[in-house]
Amino acid sequence: MSPATWPRESPLEERLLVIDPRSGALRDARVGDLAGMLGEGDLVIVNDSATLPSSLRGTSARREPVEVRLAGPMEGEDRFRAVLFGAGDSTTRTEDRPPPPRLGEGDRVSFDAGLEAVITRVSSISPRLVDLAFNARGARLVTSIYRVGRPVQYAYVAGQLELWHTQTRYASRPWSSEMPSAGRPLAWSVMLEMARRGVVIAYLTHAAGLSSTGDPALDAALPLPERFDIPEATAQAIAASRARGGRIIAVGTTVARALEGSAAMHGGEVIAGEGVTDLILDRQSKPRIVSGLLTGMHEPSASHFHLLEAFAPPDLLRRAHAHAEEEGYLAHEFGDSTLLLAA
Amino acid sequence: MKRPNDTSSILITGASRGLGEALARELARRGHRLALVAREREPLDAVVRDIRAHGGEAHAIAADVGDKRAALAISGAAAALIGPIDVVVHNASTLGPTPLRLLLDTECEDLERVLAVNLVGPFRVTKALAGSMVLRRRGLVVNVSSDAAVSAYPTWGAYGVSKAALDHLSKIWAAELEGTGVRVISIDPGEMNTRMHEEAIPDADKATLADPALVARRIADVIARAAEVPSGARIEASSWQVAS
Repeated sequence: MSPATWPRESPLEERLLVIDPRSGALRDARVGDLAGMLGEGDLVIVNDSATLPSSLRGTSARREPVEVRLAGPMEGEDRFRAVLFGAGDSTTRTEDRPPPPRLGEGDRVSFDAGLEAVITRVSSISPRLVDLAFNARGARLVTSIYRVGRPVQYAYVAGQLELWHTQTRYASRPWSSEMPSAGRPLAWSVMLEMARRGVVIAYLTHAAGLSSTGDPALDAALPLPERFDIPEATAQAIAASRARGGRIIAVGTTVARALEGSAAMHGGEVIAGEGVTDLILDRQSKPRIVSGLLTGMHEPSASHFHLLEAFAPPDLLRRAHAHAEEEGYLAHEFGDSTLLLAA
Repeated sequence: MKRPNDTSSILITGASRGLGEALARELARRGHRLALVAREREPLDAVVRDIRAHGGEAHAIAADVGDKRAALAISGAAAALIGPIDVVVHNASTLGPTPLRLLLDTECEDLERVLAVNLVGPFRVTKALAGSMVLRRRGLVVNVSSDAAVSAYPTWGAYGVSKAALDHLSKIWAAELEGTGVRVISIDPGEMNTRMHEEAIPDADKATLADPALVARRIADVIARAAEVPSGARIEASSWQVAS
């Protein structure tokens, strides 16, 4: 499938492939048609995490270039997990980038504006996965990250992204390393139309991590454990929906991961509050909460595709992929969308 | 909406002096968590230090609201520091070059800069915050206006037109967000003894100007009882009543 190489003008005109996992039916639609497919009794849950400008260019003590991509906040307000990249930039495919200089515990990376980070731990998964402690905290650290950082982007994107290209229209706390992109096409005209039709819209916050690093050992370990926060009102809306047998539609794999992760930790119930999930959804998973999923277009090789197998049979997903390829659907974060939902 | 004794996460722009500073001190005293924005870091840091010394919670975000790239840095940093934003007060504004001058003597670029700070900046930051407010079904946007938005005072052209447009923006936001739980209002705080007023009217009789600390108290009261104020309303300091 070809990638969308740049954000498109009108999200409502973007394509939406509707897959009915029960009947096996495929339908070509547009994002603008989405509200019409939902109604009274449906609960739609979005991820309200904003996207951090998580790519920070710096230099090692020996003046070697290092790109640090923040992969998620850690305990303590000055600490982050991060993935290191070497020379070059996002116009080169991550797998073709030269490796970063070998950095160990205690090594320092310097950025613009006086920002510095010290490596406090190197992961056993890959020497490129590290924990960092910055030389600032609170407002100083957050505003420095916004000053120094750029949004993470990949080689198929045709120009340099600005932060506004990587936000959903309801973003709040900046927990995500990359845009929770399933919600990107959700214009407020679509969401307010859903609400008028009686759809309940709820939210949670989930720290979407990096989707690719170019390091085979590290990519095999993705997604890393991710932090989430489920508000009380959302937990209540889920309980009410389940009690009346309503459909619960997750906007994005991050929302599916947070909800199923919470249920896995709490005996099948979604409990309000913060947590960290290492749950990986795949063909073997039996979703307990999520009955429908709005997501992007995923290649059969990607980890996201295996997650879809938790929601639809693999042969149907392969047929849907072949159909999307033939019909010219576009892939990746600025691409078209898939709705997996039984009528 | 919130009861007066609840605490909210509040973002205030132009918080390093004048009305913005006074409002920050007042809202901190009432127990709210604050993210404060101003262009100049030193005076802003001083306000934050002083609020903290008095037991309040405030964080400094040095940014220019007229800068296109600043809006998402402001909204993101604020939510990272004090959680999802419940109330935003768009207080930062610029007069343009002073002494104030006739439209015929106003550079087009100066008009553009005034609109960028006083109108487009508040629009960008509201756009970055209001979607999350709608999801949470609560939120308040306060646009600080002026009587120059209503009366056509000679030499106040750039500023007056920016505030008139900001007032109308409040009304359109309010109409579009009706029923969502998110309210948008304008407040005309009246003439106050501030540096901005000094720059606009250097020979004003200071005895006739209001103390920004007292005005801040009235605005904090409006925020506390925002549920009673119709969304889209314009509140004037002359009476602290909703203007008809």
